[in-house]
Amino acid sequence: MADDRHPLRRRDVEAVELDLLADGVYEAYGFDFRRYSRPSFRRRIWRRVNDEGLTSITGLLDRVLHDPLAMQRLLADLSVNVSAMFRNPGFFRVFRAKVVPLLRTYPFLRVWNAGCATGEETLSVAILLKESGLYDRTLIYATDMNDVILNQARSRTYPIAKMREYTANYIEAGGTHSFSEYYVADGDRVVFQPALVENVVFAQHNLVTDHSFNEFHVIMCRNVMIYFNRELQEHVHKLLYESLTHFGVLGLGSRESLEFSGHREAYELLDESQRLYRKIA
Amino acid sequence: MACGIVAVGASWGGVHAIGVVLRGLPGDLPVPIVVAQHRGEEHPTRLAETLGRGAAIPVHEATDKEAPEPGHAYLAPPGYHLLVERGSLSLSTDGEVRFSRPSIDVLFESVADAYGPDAVGVILTGASDDGAAGLAHIRRRGGVTIVQEPATAERRTMPDAALAGGQPHRVLGLEEIAPFLVKVCGQG
Repeated sequence: MADDRHPLRRRDVEAVELDLLADGVYEAYGFDFRRYSRPSFRRRIWRRVNDEGLTSITGLLDRVLHDPLAMQRLLADLSVNVSAMFRNPGFFRVFRAKVVPLLRTYPFLRVWNAGCATGEETLSVAILLKESGLYDRTLIYATDMNDVILNQARSRTYPIAKMREYTANYIEAGGTHSFSEYYVADGDRVVFQPALVENVVFAQHNLVTDHSFNEFHVIMCRNVMIYFNRELQEHVHKLLYESLTHFGVLGLGSRESLEFSGHREAYELLDESQRLYRKIA
Repeated sequence: MACGIVAVGASWGGVHAIGVVLRGLPGDLPVPIVVAQHRGEEHPTRLAETLGRGAAIPVHEATDKEAPEPGHAYLAPPGYHLLVERGSLSLSTDGEVRFSRPSIDVLFESVADAYGPDAVGVILTGASDDGAAGLAHIRRRGGVTIVQEPATAERRTMPDAALAGGQPHRVLGLEEIAPFLVKVCGQG
């Protein structure tokens, strides 16, 4: 967009700075934010500029290029996906009703939680599969581009203050046990049972720059691609499509849609309101 | 004054107030409308349906990367921030801003950045100061700003906060807002 404030400038200077930052980070560190959705990217970048005590995006570029620790902080801002256990409980309720029966037909299951961030969703799926009697024949791959965040996920540790919300979600999601069976309190935190991650592989994987690494019966990628622009979403949809078995199930966030994707025809709807799709072609 | 998009923010009392504004608009309004109404995320709601009742303008809960159409209104979904680019809606699950998600400031700032002088921002009733910073952003970028006359608001905190952030182009009674939007944005 032209800069409406200074006729001398060909483009809005902030847009130029955002491009330079994304280019510089990619060249120096290999993390590719060039096709991230601009409004959210811009907000997150300004938050980092302010938290670093800087005044411009160019100043932030200078700092992250010369200080890998600053890059790590920026990476955390750009990859932390604020989540909750059993977020949108309806998704998990429908998953139990419509996906679990399909999964019972397989002797062995591979599930991919793509963009798992701090692991809330991974544990939610693990609990659901345990209660469905499927966990022992399942391998869950939980991946994120940020290995610092993966370590948080591996620790299975969350603030105790969250448990009221998570318990309510769990009940609404159709949980069949008592939610508190799954964790032990430790001061103001809780640690979830190690048994829940016995069959979980936490691994670094970047949806933007890495390739397909296995074939899965279920891929959950909820509220991850909302940070991508449409072109990048299409790229990732191709990756997910290539990583699903025939009749594999894809779960998206409640306000994400395959409708704008070139891959729409390759899927049938399992449940429209919960954004569950099944690969049929 | 040009107009490329109308952004509306409300909190307490907003369901009624937004409904009044939307019902006052013609179906051939030549621009899209984006709406952030504070709402809880615990349960599925039918807010879009409620707001669309009796309005000539269809009201949708926004879907990520949807292209907003003229004469349609798009509502920030519960538990998401709604952001706007030219030609595309974007969602985010980043943390609450001023205890709110959706946040009016987040929506309005994105509207100001994407549309500059072609943005129109409207702050309605509410018991919070969310939206004041976003409306100021729209004004700084040359857009048109409207605040509901606080005396006519079910809760005046939000319009008062918006007024404290700077003089808007218009302070209007609830019933006067839609006719003014039609004047600014034209009819198809």
